[in-house]
This record gives sequence, structure tokens and C-alpha cells, in this order.
Amino acid sequence: MESLSSFEIWFVFFTRLLPVWTSLIIVFSALFYWRKHLGVIGHLCNSPIGLVGLFIVLFWVFGAIFADMIALFDPYEQSGMFRRKPPGTINTKVDLPYIFGTDTLGRDLFSRMIYGSQIVLLIAPAACLVAYVVGITLGLPAGYFGGRSDTILSFLANLVLAFPVILLFYLLVAPGVRETILPNIMAGVFFLFPIIFALIVIYSRFSERLNILIPSVITIIVVGAWLYSGLVFNADPLGWVAIDPNELNIFAAVVFATSPGVFRLVRGLTMDIKTRDYVAAAMTRGEGPFFVMIWEILPNARGPLIVDSCLRVGYVTILLGTLGFFGLGMEPESPDWGSMINQTRSYIRLVPTIVLPATLALASFVLGLNLLADGLREESLKD
Amino acid sequence: MSIPVLEIENLSVSFMTRAAEVPAVMDFSMKVFEGDAMGLVGESGCGKSTVALAIMKYLGGTGKIVGGSIKFRGRDMSTFSEKELEDIRGSKIAMIYQEPMASLNPAMRISSQLIEVPILHENISKDDAWNRSTEMLQKVNLPDPERIMNAFPHQLSGGQQQRIVIAMALLSKPSLLLLDEPTTALDVTVEAGIINLVKNLSKEIGTSMLFVSHNLGLILETCNKITVMYSGETVETGEINQVFRNMRHPYTQGLLRSIPLPGKNKYDAPLQAIAGQLPLPHERPNGCNFGPRCPHLDKEVCESGNIEMQLISSNKNHFSRCARVDKIQWNEKSLSSEKKPKSSSGGTLLTVKSLSKDYDVAANVVFGGKKKGTVKANVDLNFDAKVGETLAIVGESGCGKSTFAKVLLGLENASSGKLEFEDNDIANTMVDERKRATVSAIQMIFQNPFDTLNPSHSVGGQIMRTLEKVGVGSSVEERQQRMYELLDLVKLPREFEKRMPRQLSGGQKQRIGIARAFAGSPKVVVADEPVSALDVSVQAAVIELLIDIQEKFDTTMLFISHDLSVVRYVADRVVVMYLGKISETGTTEQIFSPPYHPYTEALLSAVPIADPDIKKRQILLEGSLPSPLNPPKGCVFNTRCPNAIIGKCDKIDPPLQKLKEGHTISCHIDAKELSKKGSVFAQ
Amino acid sequence: MLLFIGKRLFVLFLTMLSLSFIVFTLVTIEPNLKKLALNQANMRMEEEAVQSWLEKNGYKRPILVQYGEWLGNALTGDFGYSTHFRKPVNEVIWPKLWHTGILMFWVLIITIPISLLIGIIAGMREGSKTDRVLSVFSIITTSVPQYVSGILFTIIFSSWLKLFKGVAKAGSITFENFTLPVLTIVIYDIGYIARMTRASMVEVMNAQYIRTARLKGMSFISVVFKHALRNALIAPFTVIMLQFPWLLTGVVIVEKLFNYKGFGFLLVAAADQNDIDVTLACGVVAVILVLTTQLISDIGYAFLNPRIRFS
Repeated sequence: MESLSSFEIWFVFFTRLLPVWTSLIIVFSALFYWRKHLGVIGHLCNSPIGLVGLFIVLFWVFGAIFADMIALFDPYEQSGMFRRKPPGTINTKVDLPYIFGTDTLGRDLFSRMIYGSQIVLLIAPAACLVAYVVGITLGLPAGYFGGRSDTILSFLANLVLAFPVILLFYLLVAPGVRETILPNIMAGVFFLFPIIFALIVIYSRFSERLNILIPSVITIIVVGAWLYSGLVFNADPLGWVAIDPNELNIFAAVVFATSPGVFRLVRGLTMDIKTRDYVAAAMTRGEGPFFVMIWEILPNARGPLIVDSCLRVGYVTILLGTLGFFGLGMEPESPDWGSMINQTRSYIRLVPTIVLPATLALASFVLGLNLLADGLREESLKD
Repeated sequence: MSIPVLEIENLSVSFMTRAAEVPAVMDFSMKVFEGDAMGLVGESGCGKSTVALAIMKYLGGTGKIVGGSIKFRGRDMSTFSEKELEDIRGSKIAMIYQEPMASLNPAMRISSQLIEVPILHENISKDDAWNRSTEMLQKVNLPDPERIMNAFPHQLSGGQQQRIVIAMALLSKPSLLLLDEPTTALDVTVEAGIINLVKNLSKEIGTSMLFVSHNLGLILETCNKITVMYSGETVETGEINQVFRNMRHPYTQGLLRSIPLPGKNKYDAPLQAIAGQLPLPHERPNGCNFGPRCPHLDKEVCESGNIEMQLISSNKNHFSRCARVDKIQWNEKSLSSEKKPKSSSGGTLLTVKSLSKDYDVAANVVFGGKKKGTVKANVDLNFDAKVGETLAIVGESGCGKSTFAKVLLGLENASSGKLEFEDNDIANTMVDERKRATVSAIQMIFQNPFDTLNPSHSVGGQIMRTLEKVGVGSSVEERQQRMYELLDLVKLPREFEKRMPRQLSGGQKQRIGIARAFAGSPKVVVADEPVSALDVSVQAAVIELLIDIQEKFDTTMLFISHDLSVVRYVADRVVVMYLGKISETGTTEQIFSPPYHPYTEALLSAVPIADPDIKKRQILLEGSLPSPLNPPKGCVFNTRCPNAIIGKCDKIDPPLQKLKEGHTISCHIDAKELSKKGSVFAQ
Repeated sequence: MLLFIGKRLFVLFLTMLSLSFIVFTLVTIEPNLKKLALNQANMRMEEEAVQSWLEKNGYKRPILVQYGEWLGNALTGDFGYSTHFRKPVNEVIWPKLWHTGILMFWVLIITIPISLLIGIIAGMREGSKTDRVLSVFSIITTSVPQYVSGILFTIIFSSWLKLFKGVAKAGSITFENFTLPVLTIVIYDIGYIARMTRASMVEVMNAQYIRTARLKGMSFISVVFKHALRNALIAPFTVIMLQFPWLLTGVVIVEKLFNYKGFGFLLVAAADQNDIDVTLACGVVAVILVLTTQLISDIGYAFLNPRIRFS
């Protein structure tokens, strides 16, 4: 059977990724050129660790964006002739190489890895975003008002955090759960928060300027209701927005497991920042509590929140991998990295390299995020 | 002449940051002889603390001595090995720091922190070290040394902690004691005790002192020599009376003129602020660093190259770094000391009637005990404020002055009593329930300039939002116009609109805070220690600005402060508070002359004064402020009052003695008796 | 102090009740019960028969009644019957827990000293070369989840170097058996605890009382030992204890990965096999473990910190 030498493998790898390299060069040149005007992101130029992290993260971001141009094969296409082939094997029928080899169904590992990044890079940040909105919307008032609502919310957050994550997932992402309406209820609750949050943001700022307030509120409600119907009930009247029930289930479970942590962080930051004089100054000019929370406190909590969000996206990526590893949630065909690890790990005795693409992809992406977070933290502390 | 204990010659220290080398101290020279007390004075950022740490050779990872030498008893310290340095630190040279709480290890008992000093340097037994430490604790006037030895730092008050730090520094009888702003974090009455203690002890032990401070009055009271620093270099040095009476550098002169002194007020001697602000290390001008701010600048002379120290008077060791020292008329009266007309106060605007404010606190914060205590932050306050006048509320931390401000602004509800503003009782109306007119009529200027502006929003945006909230202007354009006018009012360029708060200096931030407070043409402005965090030279400018604007708008100002010199300068009437209660009220004249309430008397005596011609009667208060959770019975001041009558003051609430023209004193001792003691100040 | 512990115990009890109720509800959802019915009675039952089976076995009663019954039994030590192993849950779960206990013991005994040491050495001199190297090392180890590092270790040590086996047999405490699973968990946890320790150490070393101690004339090393450590180690103590939910997740992954028949393996197997009583028992035991460590952490923190102990 024909096969590429290891030099040829890396050559093909390098050339297939040309769109990624080009984009990286453009982004990094722009970053260095405008580094004085980019705030904390610009300061990153002084931190080698942060730059390495940013490089790795952007590598995968562009990999996901250009997956169609990069991949050599269809990630779902099976080939009985080429099962568990080592890296470099050439598919003579189409004259294309499997540069990282194939899995046990004869699917190209390289293409699956690249397409897998699309799944991970879509779900992990999106779930984190929703978890952040939930955590902020609940954490700000809890930290600001304190009192009984804070006690109850903190108790609930600690309740979720006391669950070993794996148990939580076995309870929430099991096939049985998907037959009930539980995932839809959870998603229904979570997706309500972005709409509430947007309304509070607009209302607190423009409550006295009706000419801006009314159109904005109407827009938020219409757009929100449209997205909501598509995401939660899978009933978008236009048919544009849809989400697979599996993914909705995973999404809801991940948000459920992540938002209590964000809640605790935001609550702590709020309790700290609310003692500042500028908060008192806002109150003495008659600002309402929601203006103070959203416009006076939240912007000053952004430093720790940005750093934490990097770490949290990495953590959610690990969670998604855990789900795949236990064969939970994702459909079996899915090329996400966790499922790939689960599907290939039994064959490491036959072809040790078979697990490498997925494992290294996942680890490098998380590493990139953690390095980036570390760089951002160091640089933001120096101000 | 004998060898100086400490001799610094042309010292330069730089901090190596990633971007560049930042010079913090340049060409600094000083000699400290046996028995000397040298004061090192300057504003924040001038490098005075760096000098102290350079002597200790403790500059952290980035600081570096880049030139000159430091000699200790004639030996160049750069030749000392790390081991020799460790031997000297704590035994020959000791240091006392600014924050006593932070300088003690929170997880170790006082005893183990004290005894390790003699054990380390003199190799004596644990028992001996213990005895030495308890002796030293007695010397620093700490009662019950055995109990204190077994305590943890958090169980002691700030004053007690600082006494322990002093004891620790003196345990090995050092030949040089460095004090870096040792009393800045303490209340004035506590400060007076500490200063007295340091002076006496160092004399007793025979220690030379280097006293680093921004407070000229404090230096005058403790030292016999002074060195003035500006922007990294010495500008003037000499014997203390010589420098205070015959200063020969415009910066020293500017500093002295910008400090309010007793006997001066805003009507007959306005403060002279130094124009401009301290240059950043990389923006220092050519030649004289002070040049751009100097009223006597002669570009040709002052900006042409380095200026050396010049001898002024050899027997007084007086040197100055001024190129025009012979040309300046040093005794000339300051330029604009014309008198301002005294504005007359109008009708009553604000009346406080039996106002009280209690806080419920859990007895034990962490374990959440069931027993709840009550802090009586304000007890039965009665006073009023008239239109256009400045009413000062004076007292040390914990006296309840800030709590009153919170109730007035509607951030807290009163527990009982009335607060009448224009005939409406607002004691129990929180800010969000108040009418817009009331909200914009009562505004506040905050203490900490670094906290008063939201770091995330631009200066212009913050003023615009305030204008929108207080209902000024009907369109964005109108408000923008008004915002520019406000920037003009506080004498800041209009370009500041786009600036972020971190691009502003402390004084500029405080000006924005003033602009914001005056945005809605308020009737009452509460100024909570508005200048206490600013440097003296900036302080004067902000005070003058505040007074000007207040007069322009005929606003009533409630000036909250612990600094009696500033209060004397700005206030028309004064309310003195102690532990939530009013001890004395009256016009400024009445408060600053006998009869005094014993607490007022102690406060006046405690304030350091930067004038060698004024002598004070010394009254030291014993003990520390009692916990507001558990205030003393009878007169709250009885535990510290030098005149307390046992059996009366500690049992019965003091009567309110109404003297002439609204002067009230709350004391058991008759006013006539109190007047006999005479004035605290003697010219 | 007693009041504090009492209060904590009350909250703990409340949390226990809520969590066990949640677990109970989620485990006994209708689809799971139906599957159970088909499994237990007859694979080819009609819908009606299923419903009557559920009715007969009491699964149609209100959830609170069912929960109350289960709780009553659980409090007397009866966790029900395993449908998969076909013996009482108590006989299944305790031996497995013991196996996991042994694994955890080795993990903790290796992780704690190493990670504390790394954290202290890195945080002692912030920004030094040692600090940077150790920090990057910690970041790398926390970035590689156990299911990745475990597989990589298997490839390297088992397939390639042939040093250890790729599976670990429960109950046999040998070097060959334990090295890979323990290594996998340890590597991940070391980074996390070391980073916490470093952060805490850096904060303490920048505190003014460290400067005071240095300027008393103490040498750097004795300042670290006498003044810094006792403050710097308070925070990591809580972290190590709060680490427990993570540790548990790691154990489940590693047991599955190396076929180590412990508690985690049981949990996964029970959930996969729809073994309701065992899943419930495992869930509740896991939650008890987590909450107990939290309690110890709270009390320990209060005890270690003199500011709280003597106030």
C-alpha cells in the first residue's frame, strides 16, 4: 500500500493549513501594528506566554472557520478498505493521503479533527456565553442587594457545585432524560436570561429617553422571541434557527454546570466593587439599582471576568470531551474530539497514533486558552 | 568633626521597568550625625521613601542604586556582604513603617515577633529575650505587657500596633532609626502620643533618626534638621529653624505658603497654591526640576543645565538648589494676599433635630453569633446650617461624621429624629424616593480621588450622565455645553472631556468630582475629607477652588474633616463630634479659643503646626478610642479625658451648656472653669 | 465555635436532603422506569403491561412519597437491591468504595507534598526563572485532562516501553498496578493545587510584614519558613479540600480508562445499565463525600486562621 514519508506528511499538513497561516499572519501583524490602541489585548505583546496562547487559540478558530478548505475528506465518509491505517497512507481511489491515518471505520482522522474543532469551538464558547449571562444576571443583584435572595441563590449555586460533574452529566445527559421535556425546560429557562439581561441593560440606561427606549425594547423582544422559538421549541417560523435535540441537551447541561461558578465570581466582585465611592456617587445623583449594577459595577469587573472566561471556555472544552469520552449526549457519528477519543482508544495497541489527533487537538486548545488567560492576568495586573 | 552615622553622597536610584529605566532619586546627599533627628520632607512620588529603603538596601527586584554611595559609620554599604547586611538590619539600623497593621505578621503572636529580634542579633536565650521584650513594651507605654505578648496583631488597635512596631525597632538599641510616615494611618490624638514617645525614647537610647514625612508640621515638632526633596532630588537642607524662618528655595516657600496655619482663615489670608503638578520621572525638565511651577522662573538661568547645591549659611549647614537664590526677594509678601470680603450667611437651610442612627451588627461576623450588638453611630445630633455658610464637622475616625453624611444624602435611613431640609423632613427618605429637585440639591464630594470617578467611563460621559440625572438641559447638545462650562469652572481644559480617569492626577480627579457635585446647582454640598488624600501643594489649590465655587453658587457646604488646620481655614462654624455624639458646637472663633471642650482642646493640641513661632500646650490623651459597640457610660469621652471627675463623668450624661451666640459645650465641668486653662496656642 | 459548626451542619443537612432528592427525581424519571420494567419483567411487554408493572411496584405514587420511603430505608442503612448485580446494594457498593479509597490515598499522598513544594518554590521569588518554568509546567498539566494524559501514558509506558499494564486490577496494591492510574490523576491535580499555592505565596511574599521581617535582619530562607509559610498555606488547605468534586470526576474517568473496578467504575456501570438503586446510592455517597470535605475545609480554615479563631 502506498504511503507518504513523514516529511511529506508534514508538508501536506502545512500546505493544507495555508489559509490558517495566512490569517494568523494578518491578525498578528495587525495586533503588533495597533498594539498601543488595543488596551489589554495590545499589552499581550509583552507577554510571550500570552502570545503563544493567543496563537494556539486563533489557530483553532481559523481551523474551524476554514474547515471546508482544509479537510481532505468528508469527515463522515467511511471506507472499508482503509480501516485503522497508519498516518500517510494514500487512498489510491481518489489519490488523496490520509495524513494522520484513519479510524476503525476508515474515516480520515485529520479531516475529523478539523471538523471536530467546529463543534467544540461553537458549543464551548456559546455555552460559556449563556452561562455568563445567567451568572451575571443573578450574581449582580445577589452581590448588590445581599439579604435573603442572596442566601437562597448562593445556596442553590453551592448545591450544583457540590455535585461531582460526572454524576451531574450522567443524570442530565442520559438518553432517558432526552425523552422527557427536562432539557427543553432547562434550555427554556437559560435562554430567557439573555433576553432579560438585554432588556435590563437598555432600560437602565435609557429609562428617561423614550425615543430610544421603546424601539430598542421592541427590537429585543422580537429578535429574542424569534431566536427563543427556534432554540427552545425548535419551531422557528422562518426555519433558520434550529438546534439538534442532542446538542440542546448537552448545551443545557453544560450551562447548568457552569453558571453557578460564574454566579459566585460575579457576586464576589460585585460585593467588592459596590463599596467604591463612585458607586455611592451614582446613588447620590439618584441612579436606580440596575443602572448602578450594569453601568457602574459591571464594567469594572471586566478584567477578572475576561481572564476567567478564557479559563472557563477551556474547562467547558474538557467537559465536552468528558461527555464524548463516556459516550454521552453526542450522536455516535459526531467528529467531536471527545467522541473521537472514545471511538479510537480501544485500538491503541494496534495503531498507537490513532488517538493522537483528537487528544492533542483537545489538549492544545485548552492549553492555548489557559496560557492566554495567564498572559491576560499578568498584563492586567501590571496596569 | 566626628564621623556621621549616615552619610549619603550623590545617591541615584532607578527602577528598571520593562519599558525604560525610571530614575526615582537623583544626586541626593545627606549627613546624619550622632543624636540628630533629620526630617526628610516631600510630596508623594518625590522619592523620599526610596531613599529610606535604599539605606536598608531593600529595593526589591527592580530598584537599583545607579550612582553615589551610602556610608554607615564611615563604611561604604556597597561593600557589605549579604550576611553583613542582615547583621546590620534590625540591630544597627531599624525601620518603622506606615501601616502598622500590615507590618505585623497576622498569623504570629506578638511575642514571637518581638523575641526573634534579640535572639537573632544577640544570640541570647528565649527567656532573656522575653524579658527584654516585656520591658520594651512597658517603655512604649503599653499597659499589661504579658497580655499583649500573647495577643495576635488583629486583637490590638492601630495605635497599639504602631507602638509594638516601635518596640520591635528599638529592641536592639539601633544607632539609626528610619521612620517612614509612621503616623499617617493613625488618628491625630493617637499620632501625638506616638510622636512624643518616639522623641523621648530615641533620646533615651541615643538613636539618630531619619524621619520621612509629607507633613511639615510633624517634622518641625520632631526633628532638628530638615531635607526637602522635590522630584527625586534635594532642593534645600539645613537646621530646622533656619529653613523654616529663612527658606531659600521657592519650593520650600511654596509648601509653607500652601499650608493653612492656625490664626489664618480664608477671609484674611488665602492659601497660595503651587501652580501645576509634580512632573512624571520621564518628563522632568532641563535644569531646575521645579522650574515650570516656579513663580521666579528665569528661563535662561534656570533651564541651562544642572544646578548644584549652594551654601547659604555654613554654621547652620544650610544649602539650597536654586540658581536665582540671590535674586529673589525672600521676605516679599505673597502676590495675592488681598482680603476677601466675608459673605453673610442667609436663613436656615438645614436643621438636624435629635437625629440618631444605629446599626445592628452580628456580634461575631464569621461565626454569625446570635447575640447582636448595636453600634450607635449618631446619637441625638442637634445643629443647623444656614444658606451659603461652611459648617465643618470635625472628629476622628469612628466619630460618626460619615454616617451623618450618608443619612443626609439618603444612602441610609435615620433611626430616629428629624432632618429638615427646606421644611421637609428627609431623615427617612432614601435617595431613590426623593424628588429630583431634592436629589440634585444635596450632593457630595468624596474623599478618595482614586475612587471617586468610575475608571470605566470617560470624564465627559460621567458629567453628562450626572447632568441628565439632575435634569439639566433638554437635549444632548445643551448638556454638552453645560459640561464644558463645568470644566471651565473647575479650571480644567475642555479636552479633558475625552480623558479616562486613569489619565488624570489626583488633584484633577478631585476637580472633576467637584464639577460633578456642582452640576445641578446644589444647595448643600457635603465634602467628606475632600483634600486629605492630596499633596499639600495640590490641596491648597483644590480648597481655594472649592471656596470660590461655593461662594459663586451661594451653596451651603458641610465640610467633614479631621484636620483642624484646614477646618480653621475654611469653616464658618464647627461641630465637634466624639463617638457619635456632639461635644462642642460654635463659630470657628469660639471653637478655637477658650473655653474648650476637653476633647476639642486635646484635638487642637495634637495637630502638628508648621510654624516655628507658635508654641502649643501639650495635652496627650491616654488609651485608644473605645469600641462604638460598647461605648462608655456617662460622658463618652470620660475614659480618655484628663479632667474627668470620677463618680460623675463615668455615670451621668454630661449637661449641654449653652454659652453665648450658639456656642454649646457638652461637659460636666463649668465653662468658666474650662476657660481658666487659657489658649492652647501661644505666639 | 460550636455554634458555627452547628450552623454548618444544619446547612450541610439541608444540602444533603435537596441533593438526594434531585438525584432521586432524575434517576426515577419515567423513561428509566419503563426500561427497568422491560428489563425486569419481560422484554416484549405492551405499553399497558408496563404501566401496570409500574403501578404494582409503587412507581406511580407521588414522587415525595417514593422519596420518603427511599430516604427512610436509606437512613436505616438499606439502599435497596441492585438489578444488575442481583444482590443488595450494600454488598456491591462498599467493597468498590474501599478500592477507590486506596487509589485516592496514594493520589493524595503524592499530590499534596509535590504540589505544595512546587507552589512554594515558584511563588517564593515571583517572576524568577524557576517561577516561570514551574508556572508553565503547572499550566500545561492542568490543560491536559485525565482521559488524554491517561491514554498518552498508556501508549508510552505500556505499548512502547512495556513497563506497566494498560489496565489496573482492583484490590491488588502493587507498583505495576497503580502507577499509571495514580500518575494520571496526580499530574492533573498537581498543576491546579500548585497554581493556587503559588498565587497565595506570591501574595504573602509581597505583604509588608515580610518586608518587616527581612528588615529585622532575618535571612530570606528563614523569613520564608518562619513568616511566610504559615500564612501562605491557609488558602491551599481550603483548595485541596474543595478539590474533592474534581478529584472524584478524575477518579471516575481513570477507573473507566484503566478498567479499575472501583466506585467510579460502578457509578458508570450502574448508570449505563439503568440500575436505579445503585446509581442512587452512588450519587448520594458521592455527595456525602463532597459535603464532608467542605465541612472539614470550613472548620479547618477557621482553625488555621488566628484572625477568625480569636475574634
